[in-house]
Order: sequence, then structure tokens, then C-alpha cells
Amino acid sequence: MANPSNRTQSLLDGIPYARFLGVRVGGSKGHRELVLPFRKELIGNPVLPAIHGGVLGAFLELTAILCLLDAGVRDRIPKPINFSIDYLRIARPRDTHARAEIFKLGQRIANVHVVAWQTDPGKPVASGNGKFLW
Amino acid sequence: MPEEKARYALESLFGPGVEGMVKHTPHADYLGIRVVEIGPRYAVMTLPYREEFVGDPARGVVFGGVITTLIDHASGLAVACSLPELVAIATIDLRVDYLRAAAPRKDLFVRSECYRHTKNVAFVRASAWEEDPNDPFAFCLATFMLGANRAGSPFPTGETHRGQSL
Repeated sequence: MANPSNRTQSLLDGIPYARFLGVRVGGSKGHRELVLPFRKELIGNPVLPAIHGGVLGAFLELTAILCLLDAGVRDRIPKPINFSIDYLRIARPRDTHARAEIFKLGQRIANVHVVAWQTDPGKPVASGNGKFLW
Repeated sequence: MPEEKARYALESLFGPGVEGMVKHTPHADYLGIRVVEIGPRYAVMTLPYREEFVGDPARGVVFGGVITTLIDHASGLAVACSLPELVAIATIDLRVDYLRAAAPRKDLFVRSECYRHTKNVAFVRASAWEEDPNDPFAFCLATFMLGANRAGSPFPTGETHRGQSL
């Protein structure tokens, strides 16, 4: 039987932008999460230093999409209607983790919540909410 | 006029061809973001197409989050272009509406406008297009905190930056 993590990783590998960022599957014990490994090219503010808010938003959106693909009901990549990001803390130069939850799966629209953190899941650096046609 | 002063102060730092806003930001440089135009309260930036940015290979469309990065970056610059002096700018929130899919294999453009700012908060709207500014594929509203971390600004503040290169 295929390992669910492997399936998620191969879905990720099918998305050029996810490969470009080097996003990989992480987490354990049924808590699937994605990891955005830190590298210096992700820096947005070199003085703080901090990861660029844009790439953090992109990572949240990617996590939401993967969560929907992972649900496995449909194969095609969901089309985003909109995506909203709250920036909560400075994202420091280290790996960032994100976990998504399908808040509501309607007939046509999926509402997905995402949260990203670095060292402590209780101290999120950003959260997102996306609506997708799926 | 403070506005005009701000504009000219910023042009030497961030105007087209200067790329201060890009070269000082490793991620913007990494993606290849470039300044097209700046003026009072607004900025136009472009992201040349690369295959690595694709989010949906079946449709050949650039990943939505890449557009978020371009919008966030252009919006930060638009905020800087609305202030009489440079302060640290931090994104509070940002929402992108995807009006349609971007056309495949096209350079993307974003125009951000800081339509209002108070002492602490700046309000920005932005649109993104690939060929016709009047036919945007995405629209965005964002808010920014001003003077978020004065010690942490990537840019020099006050008068001292004028006429200096970054």
C-alpha cells in the first residue's frame, strides 16, 4: 500500500513552484504538515532578518492546495478564488511548518484554513484562509 | 510639497534601473522582480516568467502565491512612496482575489497604490495583469504597519539617506 506521505510528496513534486521552493512533507502521527526549508534566498528583510512575507503567503496557499489534493476526492489542482493572509510574527531564518484544515467542503467551493509556525505550533508566524473551486 | 519630496528622495533609492528595493531583498532578487515605475503613493513592478513559477502544469499557469510575493513587494514600495521618510514597513494582512487565471508563459505586472495612511497603518490596493492593465487577473487589498521595528528597518531612515546609494 502506498505511503500517504509519499503520495503527498509526489503531488508536491508535480508542482514546479513547490520544487523551486524545496517544499517537503513533514509531520508525524497523522498530523501531516509541509515544511519550507530555510535558505538565504527566502529572506525578505536582511536586517531583522526575516523571511519574505510573500513567500510565506505562497507557502500557506500551497499547503491549502495540497490539503485538498490530499483529501483525494478530485485529481485536478483546485483553482483559488481568493486567499487571505494574516502576518502574526516575524518569520525568522529557519524552517517553517504549515498545516491546513478543510473548514468546509461544499459542492463547488472548499474553504481551507492554514497556519504556519517555526519552533512552536502555539506561536504561529502566519495564518491563511483560502476559498477554492475544486 | 512633502509628497513630491518623498518621491524624489525615493527615486534615487528605488526608481527604475536602481533596483535598491530588489537588491536589498534576497527573495525578490532570487525571483527576478524588477521595478518598472514609481511615483507618489504607487509602484509598478514586474516578474519575468520562469517555468519554475508554474503552479498547475496542466494549465501552465503561474502559482498564485508567486503573485502574492510580487504584490506584497510592490505594495511595500508603494507605502514607502507615500511616506515623507523611510520607516520599517511590515505587512499586517493581505487578501488576493483571483479574477481569472493568468495567461501562461507571460511576464507579470503589479501596480500597487497606497491610497491612505495614518500614523501607524497604511492601506494599499493592487492589481496584477500580464498584458493589459485594464484587464487584471488579480486584485488585492493589504494593510501595513508603519515603524514596525525601527531598529530593524532594512533602509536608512530620516534625512541621511538622501542622495546616498544603498
